[in-house]
Amino acid sequence: MSEPLAPQHGTEPDEIAAAAPATVASRFELAQRAGGIAVPVATAVLAFLIGGLLVLATGHNPLQAYWDIIKGAGLDWLAHPTNTDVANTAAYNFSQTLLQTSSLILTGLAVAFAFRCGLFNIGGNGQYLVGLFCANWVGVSFVNMSRPAHIVVGIALATAAGAFWAAIAGFLKATVGAHEVITTIMLNWIAYWIGNYLFQQGGPLQGAQNRPLDIPISGNVVPSARLPVFWGDAELQGLHIGFFVAIASLVLFWLILNRTTLGYEVRAVGYNPAAAAYGGIKVRTNYVRAMAISGAFAGLAGGLDMLGYQYKIGTSDVQVQAIGFLGIAVALLGRNTALGVGLAGFLFGGLLYGTTHGLQSGSIDPSLAGHLTEMIQGLVVLFVGADVLILYLWSVRRKLRRQRAAAPPAAESPA
Amino acid sequence: MEASTVLEMRGVTKRFPGVVANDGVDFDLRQGEVHALLGENGAGKSTLMNILYGLYRPDEGEILVRGKTVSFGSAKDAIDRGIGMVHQHFMLIPVMTVAENIVLEIEPTKAGVLLDYDVAIERVRDISKRFGLAVDPTARVENISVGQQQRVEILKALYRGAEILILDEPTAVLTPQEAGELFEIIKSLQADGTSIIFISHKLNEVLEIADRITVLRRGKGIDSVPREGATEEGLARMMVGREVLLRVEKKPADPGDTLLEVRDLHVNDERGLPAVRDVSFAVRAGEIVGIAGVEGNGQSELIEAITGLRAAESGEIAVAGNVIGRSSARRMLDAGVGHIPEDRQRRGLVLEFSIAENIALHDYCYPPDSRFGWLFPGRLVQRARELIREFDVRGGGPNTRSGALSGGNQQKVVAAREIARDPKVLVAAQPTRGLDVGAIEYLHRRLIEERDEGRAILLVSLELDEVISLSDRILVMYEGRVVGEHTPDVTEEEIGLEMLGGRRKEPSAA
Repeated sequence: MSEPLAPQHGTEPDEIAAAAPATVASRFELAQRAGGIAVPVATAVLAFLIGGLLVLATGHNPLQAYWDIIKGAGLDWLAHPTNTDVANTAAYNFSQTLLQTSSLILTGLAVAFAFRCGLFNIGGNGQYLVGLFCANWVGVSFVNMSRPAHIVVGIALATAAGAFWAAIAGFLKATVGAHEVITTIMLNWIAYWIGNYLFQQGGPLQGAQNRPLDIPISGNVVPSARLPVFWGDAELQGLHIGFFVAIASLVLFWLILNRTTLGYEVRAVGYNPAAAAYGGIKVRTNYVRAMAISGAFAGLAGGLDMLGYQYKIGTSDVQVQAIGFLGIAVALLGRNTALGVGLAGFLFGGLLYGTTHGLQSGSIDPSLAGHLTEMIQGLVVLFVGADVLILYLWSVRRKLRRQRAAAPPAAESPA
Repeated sequence: MEASTVLEMRGVTKRFPGVVANDGVDFDLRQGEVHALLGENGAGKSTLMNILYGLYRPDEGEILVRGKTVSFGSAKDAIDRGIGMVHQHFMLIPVMTVAENIVLEIEPTKAGVLLDYDVAIERVRDISKRFGLAVDPTARVENISVGQQQRVEILKALYRGAEILILDEPTAVLTPQEAGELFEIIKSLQADGTSIIFISHKLNEVLEIADRITVLRRGKGIDSVPREGATEEGLARMMVGREVLLRVEKKPADPGDTLLEVRDLHVNDERGLPAVRDVSFAVRAGEIVGIAGVEGNGQSELIEAITGLRAAESGEIAVAGNVIGRSSARRMLDAGVGHIPEDRQRRGLVLEFSIAENIALHDYCYPPDSRFGWLFPGRLVQRARELIREFDVRGGGPNTRSGALSGGNQQKVVAAREIARDPKVLVAAQPTRGLDVGAIEYLHRRLIEERDEGRAILLVSLELDEVISLSDRILVMYEGRVVGEHTPDVTEEEIGLEMLGGRRKEPSAA
């Protein structure tokens, strides 16, 4: 049999598009090529439109609601950017949006990096949590350390913890073939319960001052471990230098992928593991390594948030934490690219802060306010998945049409 | 012989976005004739036949069946007009019997709804006797050979009353013996008055079976010629549009040191079953050793073991005298084994990567491509630019996505990468699969050149004529063993017999 059973892709572009690519990463590559920048923008617009319809259905004005969100996110500050005084509400709101953006960029990068290696890291939240725990432990202990060292140790340990947490999933994938989606979700729950254990009444990391009061919250990070705040007041969640770390991470992400042999291997494995193995690349090693780097971004986010503005963490914080999950939407909307993740992180950062702080009870059903972000997040994930789905359905339709005509896909492409 | 024209296609044009697949093609078929449609991959042969079979509508032009203009909305319309088509990939239901497959959709029924199986078998017996196509109506399709399945497809078309039969690359899936049987069938159908359109890109078989030959090139009908007076060279020139060197010209081999040695090799397949059994052979510098065999007789596993992609159960592989223990793809690459894999799209290339990135697939981790883990994309592009020129890759530059190239150019990228690494041993698996005449010619010439450069070349191909024309020695694999060794003056029939396990020989050490 000299002809392969699968239709050979010829030069005809839609023949290539119709063939089902092997990996998640190559599917996204395909969607990206098919849709360019238009699809993510359309996805976001559509998600906002449907969110607006929901607001409308509750008898409120969606335009008013969105205007509130924009103001709540401090985007109106951009009209007068010279006034950086955080006593100004717009400036303060904007600094808070950037604070959220920093975390979202990093958890988004965590998901995006794994994606580029063909892995779906759902475990950003768990990796973020272990980062928070470690940074809190370092920040509360070692009170005699000098400031730069204390900060560096805290951040480094948080990053390493995130990397380790994700690498467990990578290791299981490489050795016994356990699917990373399953294992990262399990690791999320393990991190969740570890957090509940650590900070509960009598838990090993419960703050000493909280113990007599029966408050399940950690100790406070000491000043020597706190990140410098460059905009606003440290006591009022000022914007800390972690923002620049997040921006630098975007650059780092791009550099690793496009300018290092490591990134070359990650992309090769992500697009086509068989070809990568043939090229001499160790595919299993790359699974572990890519997961570790992925988790490092999420752990870094946790470290920066803890030493940057949270300073303490309680069991209730552990339970409601969702920033790692939002990272999935950020990565999907940002198409797993550095620039895209940066923009999507800013969009979700504004949304997150704007919906929780901007919405007036007059312009939206109060019970809906906090959930609007989650709705839009859900819609984005749905639509981002949907355009891949639409491409897939399109190829199935073509196949079916040909089969109905009782013929195989033309082996000879008309080129 | 001058017979009535049963079919005429006039000025048929079919456009797809960006390409004209058929450009004013004329084609006619006479009663009882075998008319070959010859052309390279992508010349528009299948498009033309899909139009005739009602699967596509032509943008321009008309189709006349027995002098009447017809317009087909679907394959059913074409079948009603007595046109049948046997596709390259069979459309049979494996778990059903031959008879069930043949009568499908027009079953004889009992009580209006139930299949009358006895009548079905009877009808299939009748039709197979009438046309001289022996099949067992009660056999399950999954249990019969590929050649038999093809007969079932032909019978299916005849059962539906086909008087015009389109055979799309029918020999592509057959062994030489089966192809010979097919030609007998074609001749008997022809004698019975059936008119046959025979699609192919193989010149020798077209000259053997066809009465007339129409050549398509880039969607245009170039010429229709009678078989008498047609030559392979002339047809190839029409297909490609320039002179083509069909016979591989080569000097006698001048073998030097043994560069690849395989000793007592045992390799298992995915399921853990023995795929390569006790294989030993050697390839010396400056010679091409070809491995012939029907697909799935251990060739793939053998190559994967030699290239470090699959661990051997036992045995040794030595490159230039050094036994490679604990082999891995990287070790084999570094030892000097180049590999043109059998599936360039699944393994040979990362289709989403640019040409430059694909060319760096083995060497990205070494200077000058990178240093201390830092990649230099500019150097990758520079290197790609040189190789694109040297290997005449067309259709893009260093930054073109590899998936956008045609199959022939993709294969040139793979060959460029492997050869440019200056390997001692070059393993070429199905190097010309799916390629057109021009690209095949190029790759064949290049392999001979690399042989003459002093490389040891191991060629694995399912195309017997390719193995025979390129190789200096030929090994035949059957069920994981080397069952024969030959010099290139062997006949296809002799090897064909061994490929089917017809003759066993003790595995011969080379």
